[in-house]
Order: sequence, then structure tokens, then C-alpha cells
Amino acid sequence: MGSGASRIMTQPPSSQPLGPEGSGIAPISTMIQYRYEGEGIEGFLRRGPAYPSEFHLRLFRDMFRIRLIEEEIERRYHEDQMKTPIHLVIGQEATSVGCCASLTHTDLLYSSHRTHGNYLAKGGDLKAMLCEMFCRVNGCVGSRGGSMHLIDKRVGMAGTSAIVAGAVPIAVGAALAAKMKRESHVTVVFFGDAATEEGAASESLNFAVLKQLPIIFFCENNFYSVQSPLWTRQPARSLSKWASGYGLPSVQVDGMNVLAVHEATRAAVERARNGGGPTFIEAMCYRFRAHGGSGDDTRTGYREQEERQAWDAVDPVTLHDRYLTDAGLLSDSGRDRMRDEIVAEIKDAFEFAMASPNPVEADLYRHVYAV
Amino acid sequence: MPWDEGLVNSLVYDAPDPNEGRVLSYAAALREALDLALESDPAVFVLGQGVDDPGSMFGTTKGLHEKYGRERVFDTPLSEETMMGASAGAAMNGMRPVFMHNRPDFILLAMNQLVTHAAKFHFMDNGQTTVPMVVWAAIGRGWGSGAQHSQAIQGILLGVPGVKIVMPSTPFDAKGLMLSAISDNNPVLIFEHRWLMKKDGLVPEGIYKVPIGKGIYRRRGGDLTIVGASHAIELGLTAANKLAAEGIEADVIDLRTLKPMDVDIIEESLRKTGRLLVVDTGWAMGGVCAEVGCLAAERWLDYLKAPVRRIGLPDVPTPAGFTLEQFYYPDVERISGAIRDLVRARSTVSVP
Repeated sequence: MGSGASRIMTQPPSSQPLGPEGSGIAPISTMIQYRYEGEGIEGFLRRGPAYPSEFHLRLFRDMFRIRLIEEEIERRYHEDQMKTPIHLVIGQEATSVGCCASLTHTDLLYSSHRTHGNYLAKGGDLKAMLCEMFCRVNGCVGSRGGSMHLIDKRVGMAGTSAIVAGAVPIAVGAALAAKMKRESHVTVVFFGDAATEEGAASESLNFAVLKQLPIIFFCENNFYSVQSPLWTRQPARSLSKWASGYGLPSVQVDGMNVLAVHEATRAAVERARNGGGPTFIEAMCYRFRAHGGSGDDTRTGYREQEERQAWDAVDPVTLHDRYLTDAGLLSDSGRDRMRDEIVAEIKDAFEFAMASPNPVEADLYRHVYAV
Repeated sequence: MPWDEGLVNSLVYDAPDPNEGRVLSYAAALREALDLALESDPAVFVLGQGVDDPGSMFGTTKGLHEKYGRERVFDTPLSEETMMGASAGAAMNGMRPVFMHNRPDFILLAMNQLVTHAAKFHFMDNGQTTVPMVVWAAIGRGWGSGAQHSQAIQGILLGVPGVKIVMPSTPFDAKGLMLSAISDNNPVLIFEHRWLMKKDGLVPEGIYKVPIGKGIYRRRGGDLTIVGASHAIELGLTAANKLAAEGIEADVIDLRTLKPMDVDIIEESLRKTGRLLVVDTGWAMGGVCAEVGCLAAERWLDYLKAPVRRIGLPDVPTPAGFTLEQFYYPDVERISGAIRDLVRARSTVSVP
């Protein structure tokens, strides 16, 4: 991120600095509280490594797929057949995809209430996910999870918590187990900016550093906890700086840039696998939809339309699309073909979910206790 | 805690006959259980504040860190919530943690991870994960333990699906239930009582298990049924033995496990006696006493010859001072009084 990263962090609107007249710096609107400070794909690639075009296309497709799935869920949510709260990841596809591109199926991912992107990027089955939305027995957790608890241990989607920071200590325990058993997999735990306010996050960082556990603390900083902006919750300092005080490598990355996320995670995974202990990654990103439900809730007034639109310009899917198009790696027909494939997959998965049976009463009493 | 130690040392229990078998203290029996578990299963580890300090959790973990290394027996930061969550996370990934607390009061700091996470993962992920962990604590009583070092929280947790709750009353059970709890594939809470730590009993060598979910008769009699667990059994049994001299004979049922509760053994006894006294180390309201009493009202009303009596703590926090404490805790006198009342009630109930 640029050197001005801390400026976007945590200040009330009245103290927002303005670019001085004639300084050549564009005046910063007081309407925008949280501003994109990244350098875009091209800027990043000027410094970073070159990637094979297949890899670029894979990352793009994974993000594009999540976007289309989320949009279809959103489009059909009003039908009231998905009787579950939804927490859409539209705008935050790059964090899940960039991170999971550095992981294998045996690496573990723990997550929060906003799980769709994590689950899909980790390799979770779309049909089983949609069955959870429709509360059907073929859901990845038999209709017990809904939108917030998409779990599939076969692909390392190991657990989620709807309590903010709830999964963080669990993930620490998973990493402790891996270390005690001398296993080589790493554990990643996703959480939002507000999770860093919970005591469990501080406790977890302390313990993970103490025991040098193979874990990556992945913080998606989208600046808002439901509708509470960061500046009402934390003093003006970056979360990565806060985390670094616990004595672990801590980086801030552009969470709208899938490559930047991938690079940061790759380095952290390598460190963890080689016994180098935990890493904290703060990915600066933006939630284009409401905390829960469908649609953009910006009009309610907790954030400015102008801010929301400014982030639109760096939408992670279009950012990567534009790069691939400009670089000649993606044609219009190629994109259309990709879209058609994904749309067909989504249609098929929705049909499967809606045709799946509901659970029966006896299912309620299963798996309360393990035998 | 020398003050605490002094109090516990002053307690007098019936001595077991060494000719009948090996005699161990309650704390030594627990230590042996942990030792055997650590030795026989590499997935087992023990953590908690002070498990490797000279006090060694009342002696229950003494020397284990030297024998098994600090990777498997370790002190923790004072981070109850995260250590509870980390125990659950480790349990979900092939380990069998035993997370020890000096007092149940500290478990209250970790209720989010215990109640909202550990107890529910197996259900929430439709059986993909098991959470085989043990959470252990010793209930305090007396010598200034006061409102924040004496809470018996079993009643609070009784209504939480997904956890099991074990409360041993003898050294034999302390060892056998600990070994059962460690091999159980669910979160198991063990609430010991500080006053039982120096109690001696016959404890076989080697691994044996006391089944979770099964109660046991500690005494047989036809006049009334006394139900409880842990230190409440010590009190109930003493009172029952005393009242035998007055011609009153009681069944004393040690539940051993509060959750899942052995409902059948209570029913069997109550069908015979028709009189029920529930004794618990926790608050009477909303706890073990309330639950057993409710079961009687719901299922066994036809057997009852007298109203159910419960002796637990009043709906009051624990006072630290010695004098007020005398009015607070159940004792043999109060239990004896309740027994006499119950048996006397025979004449007041008339069958139309």
C-alpha cells in the first residue's frame, strides 16, 4: 500500500485532510471517509513477479464465478425461499481467491459469518452450498448451517463462527494441533476489522506468537462493522501496526488486488510451513452490499454514496478483467464463454438445491453428541 | 494457598480399609488418571494456569510436565477464552486436551468458546468434527473463597446441549471418570470439589473407566431417596447414616454424571420410597435441584408421598466471611432436618 495508507484508517470526517491548493494533489473530498490507496494491478506487477497467463485467468475465473453466484443469490433472495441471513462478499472476492490460491486442500481455513467467498475459493461444492441456502438435507452441513456455517472438511473448509472473532481461537487450536502432530499444513483464519476489537483476537495473537504456531491471521478490513465505521471503534492507527505489537510479521495489502493478496499469503504460508510462525495480513477491501441481506444500503446514510462509488472504480473483478483485457489475455468472446459456463453451473446448482429434500424431524436429534 | 490447604487438611473422612485394596487420595487418583492418559495416548495434553507450578493444581498434575515435557503439559497465558477455543480447535483436529482451571469461576470467562463453540461444532457441521476435550475445575468452599472463588456453575451449564457434566464423589470415581472423560468424543466438564481433594479411597491401579451417564447407589433404604453428586454425597450420606439410628433408612443415589443424567435410577428408587430430597453444591434455583425436582413433578407425581425437597444454595452470592458462610452452605444438620420433615410428611398425606 502507499505511504498514505494510514490516512484512510480511522478519522472522523471533520479531521479529513484536504490536499492544499496548487500542491498538485487532488483535493480529498470530505465526503469520502475511506479511500482506496492501492496501486492497481499494473502498478503491482511493475514491482512484482510475472505470472503465467493460466494463473491470471484462473484467479479471474474464480473471482468472476463467486461474483456471479453472489449476484444470483441476491437476485433470488426476495423470493423468500432462501430462509437464511446472507452476507454477500460482492467486492471482497479478491481476498478469498488470492489467499486460497496459496493453499492446498489439506491447509485449513476457518472463517466468520461472511463465508461464501471463503467456501467457494477453498473448493467447496456449489450445490452443497446452495442446499444450505435453501435449508435442504443435501447441504454441506445438512441444513444446520445456512449461509453462515459453510463447512466442508474434505476441502479444508474447517469451521466458521457467527460470533465476531469466535473462530480465531479455534484456528489457533488447529494450528497448535498441527504443530504438536508435526504436520505440515497451515491454518488460515479470516475475520473482519471488528474482530480485532475482541479480546480473543489479542489473546490469540499472543498465544500464536508464544508458541510460534503455523497460522495466518487474515483480516479483511472493510472499514465497517455492520454500519459502524472504524473511526468510531478504534483510534487512528492501522490494524497491521496494532498486530505487529504482538511480535509477528504483519503486513497491509491491497485487498482489491488479487495478486497482492496472493503474494502476501504465499509468503506467509511459506513462513508458516518452514516453522517461521504466524503472520498477520490486513487486506484493505470494501463491501459493496449491506452487512446482511441483498442490495446496497449506502442510502441509509452510514456511508457516503461518493465513497461507495469511488471503490466501485477498483472493483476487484473489473480491475483484473481490465488488466487481462489490456494485456490481451482475455477476449470478449473468451469472457462470454466463461460466463456461459458459470451461469450454466449456477442454474444447475439452483435446480439441484430446490429439488433436494427437506430434512425430517429425526435429523434434528442427530450429531448432538458424538459416539 | 496455605489457608485453603489448612482447611482441607482439617476435614475428617471415613478411612478406607487398606486391607481391601490400594489407598490413594482423591488428588493422587486424579494425577494417576492424567498420567495414564498421557502415557497411553499421544493425543492427550494437559494445559492450564499453573499445571506445572509447585502447587500443581492441588497435586493433580504434579511432575507430569517433567515426565511428558512442556509441549504436552503446559502453563497458559491468562487468556481463558482463547485457551478454551484453542483447546476446542486442537480437539477438532485430532488432539485430546485436558484444560484445567483452579476454580469454575474462571470458566465463566470462557463461556463463549465453551457454550457457543465447543459444545456446538459437532452439531453445526453435521457430525464432520468431534470435540473430544475435558474442562476441569475444582469448586471452592470456605476460608474466604467468597463470591468469586466458590461458584458451583454446574446448574448454569446443565441446559447447554452438547456438553457432558461429571461430578465425582470418591477417589475411585475421580480417576475412572477422568479416564472416561478423556476418551469421550465430546466436551466433558468435570467439576471436582476442593473439600474432596484430601479424601482417601480405594483406587485400583491401571486404566479403568467409570461410565458417564450412570448413577450408583451409595446406600440403600426404603424411606426416602436422596439424590446428589460430588461433595453433596458426602453430606447426604453422613446425614443418612446418622438418621438410621432414628429408624429412617434412605437410598442415597450418587448421580456421578449430571448430563446426561441417569433418570432411570432416580425413578427406580422413587417408585419404592415416594420421597425425594435433592442435594447440590450449587444454587437450588434453576440448577440440579430444580431439574430433578421438575422431573419428579413431570413424570413421577404418582409415586410421591410428600412434596419434593431440595437443598442447594440460597439465591444469594457466596459471602467471604466465616460467620455468614455458616448460614449459607448446606450441612449435615440441615439435611437431617429435611429428611425428618420428609418422612414425617407421611402422616399428613391422606389417600382419598
